[in-house]
Amino acid sequence: MGPLIINDIISQNTNFFLAFIIGIGFGFVLESSGFSSSRKLAGMFYGYDTVVLKVFFTAALVAMVGLLFMSLFNWIDLDMVYINPTYLWSTIIGGAIMGAGFITGGFCPGTSFCAASIGKIDAIFFIGGMFLGIVIFAEAYPLLEPLYKGSFKGTPTLPQALGLKDGVVVLGIIIVALGMFWVGEWAEKKFPREEY
Amino acid sequence: MSESRKPIKKTRYINPYLGGVLLGLVLIAANFVSGRGLGASGAAKSAVVATVNTVAPGHAENAQFFREYNASHPQGPMKAWLVFQMLGVIVGAFLSGAIFNRLKFKVEHSPKITSKRRIIFAVIGGILFGFGSQLGRGCTSGSALSGMGVLSLGGFISMAFIFGTAFALAWFFRKNWI
Repeated sequence: MGPLIINDIISQNTNFFLAFIIGIGFGFVLESSGFSSSRKLAGMFYGYDTVVLKVFFTAALVAMVGLLFMSLFNWIDLDMVYINPTYLWSTIIGGAIMGAGFITGGFCPGTSFCAASIGKIDAIFFIGGMFLGIVIFAEAYPLLEPLYKGSFKGTPTLPQALGLKDGVVVLGIIIVALGMFWVGEWAEKKFPREEY
Repeated sequence: MSESRKPIKKTRYINPYLGGVLLGLVLIAANFVSGRGLGASGAAKSAVVATVNTVAPGHAENAQFFREYNASHPQGPMKAWLVFQMLGVIVGAFLSGAIFNRLKFKVEHSPKITSKRRIIFAVIGGILFGFGSQLGRGCTSGSALSGMGVLSLGGFISMAFIFGTAFALAWFFRKNWI
């Protein structure tokens, strides 16, 4: 059955329309969880507000478990779902640069759009910077190409890389996440701050 | 703890675990419909390419990055799933802000720093995130969250290095936030 567009169950225009609807859900959830506030997001890195940890990992867990069950019921063919490819060094260095951007800018791209749409002026400047960063990458692309396209490892999943079954790895992640939620709740009590 | 000072303006956010469950369902819906997860920086890239195509078509034809992008997107950069999804994000966030009474123009910053300092750091952070998301093939949503949702190894590496680096650098930027 799923993914609908790949199995030609819906047309491309319907796919784009559903993208818009899914986007509304995405934006609504992010904003209503508090992701439109940079001070709330940055709280993650000082322990006073771990909403990012809780929302992010709960969402990842729900998606992992949900997709596994949907595949078990033959509602979705996971072989047709896009698995992000692993280019080791560009992922590591890109991730580290994004982490530096997160702690300096207080947003990530998705949250900056949410914040801008409720009127956060700092988010509009962040978005301006983001466009500039993309232009810098584009202009420097010939220099960066070896790094960008190098160390390609295919499209392995974490269970494949570890040589374990999907369900076992997901169970492990659930246990790790529960531990992190516990630490998050503890940190919020230890470093209390007024809600932003 | 009861606060007996002037009534503090309460910001009403939903329970984070509920937010996470809802976000997870949105991510499942994205995969079910399109076979791909959510994203944000991809739409920003589309906008940049579309702008360059319009403003500097000569450059778009010559520069390798734009040439490769346009060759792999024959329908044009804006006819992309993530572009429509991001338009939805802007609408959805606005709706939430309207419902919970949070629509307001302001520069949000710690009382210890000026608006100017906040804006300068926001621009720097944006540049870094924009650049890093291109090198890393996706940002917190497209690479880390969506990648983890489908158990991609790359998604977990992305997540570890985004959050790990932010944690590692937090001490140096503490004045901006706490």
